[in-house]
Amino acid sequence: MHRLHRYPSFFMLLLLLAAAGCAGRQAAPPAPQAPAPVSLTVSAAASLTDVLNELIAIYREKNPSVKISTNYAGSGALQRQIEEGAPADLFISAAPRHMDALQDRGLLLENTRVDLLGNSLVLVAREGIQGVNSFEELAADTVRKIALGEPESVPAGRYAKETLTYLGLWDRLKPKFVFAKDVRQVLTWVEGGDADAGLVYLTDAKTSPGVSVIAAAPSGSHKPILYPAAVIKNSAVADAAKDFLAFLSGTEAGAVFARYGFTVPAR
Amino acid sequence: MLELSPLLISLKTATAATAVAFFPGILAARWLAHTPGGRNRALADGLLIMPLLLPPTVIGFLLLLVFGNRGLLGRVLTEWGMPVVFTWPGAVIAAAVVTFPLMYRTARGAFEQVDPDLLDAARTMGATEWLVFRRVMLPLSWPGITAGIILSFARALGEFGATLMLAGNIPGKTQTMPIAIYFAVEGGKREVALFWTLLMIAVATFIVLALNYWSYRRHNNVTHGRVG
Repeated sequence: MHRLHRYPSFFMLLLLLAAAGCAGRQAAPPAPQAPAPVSLTVSAAASLTDVLNELIAIYREKNPSVKISTNYAGSGALQRQIEEGAPADLFISAAPRHMDALQDRGLLLENTRVDLLGNSLVLVAREGIQGVNSFEELAADTVRKIALGEPESVPAGRYAKETLTYLGLWDRLKPKFVFAKDVRQVLTWVEGGDADAGLVYLTDAKTSPGVSVIAAAPSGSHKPILYPAAVIKNSAVADAAKDFLAFLSGTEAGAVFARYGFTVPAR
Repeated sequence: MLELSPLLISLKTATAATAVAFFPGILAARWLAHTPGGRNRALADGLLIMPLLLPPTVIGFLLLLVFGNRGLLGRVLTEWGMPVVFTWPGAVIAAAVVTFPLMYRTARGAFEQVDPDLLDAARTMGATEWLVFRRVMLPLSWPGITAGIILSFARALGEFGATLMLAGNIPGKTQTMPIAIYFAVEGGKREVALFWTLLMIAVATFIVLALNYWSYRRHNNVTHGRVG
């Protein structure tokens, strides 16, 4: 895995030598040039796909020399990729756990980690369904199946379990649960009415026209839902990564994030 | 103590799914094996092996459309008190659909290997088509049919995507071994995942060996019976 990182620096050295050679021969006055093209790889949680693509387009307008490649997947998979040395300059995780793991192994560039975003957990039901108006009503007989992410592996499912436990509903509702492999599957089941209700992030609920948000999880009923971001230590373009992260943390990006339903933590 | 229900559910589901896929598989194979060729036959073949071509998640989604709350069939079945989504029969249906092409295609291959002269010989002796099928075609293609059963069972045992989509992941009810393994890996429970994986390898190996042994015995009996 180290070899992967050695090659770019080797090529950089070659480039430098070549550039020096040219400069020596021509001795032309250095014309005011556009900054050298930079290629940035962002590994981000799949739930950020739409909003991040929009933000990258905005950023690229101002910084045309920066080419940004994205790698969207589950945070756990991205964490494992980075641990195995996959090239990534910036990592945005959907849960602190995966970032913590990388931090513990010293794979993050120091002092670059920020809690970029927050999200909220909501109860959803199929558009136009009757009889589900609150978390408490999930116990009613009319609600037969409740879809949620599998709590051990899906972060949204873990938050859902925390909230339902906090509300004293977990044990009572247990026979009604169907555990999904991700939030998207929860939405599929709820959209079709195969599950009567489901627990998902607000941002995901907003992407699905077939479901309506019934209630938000009471504040304090689950651990805060945070999306940490950090620059990866092995990044060859750490400065560019820092600059893009600063853009994502700024007010302009904050407004876009808010439009998608994310919250921007006070910094 | 580890909950052992995924093992039982997997065995039950794979057995039932193989049985469910067996008869339509054999019938479809018989229907298409010796009928004159043409575009319709190719089209029917394409449709029948479609579940093998599509990713299991897609099949699961299509099954959800048919058997779910949105589908007519799903609503009728629920009305009759036989809901499919998030139930064990749902797991059987998902596995059977995914498994069907293997049963059908293997059986068809076996049927086509049978010398048509032998079938005609039986016919000239006055045997009905059903008798020809049962007493000549089926025994002669038995090794191929057992291969189909073994493949179907193996595929049903490993089914994950369509099953999860249609039957969900309900511990003690629809949570099969592959589903238990997937969620253990994703949840970072390596030991649990490893336990299920080893158990699954052991079970699969045992069953395939047993089926092969049974098929071998059966085949020998058939051929000896015929010759002797």
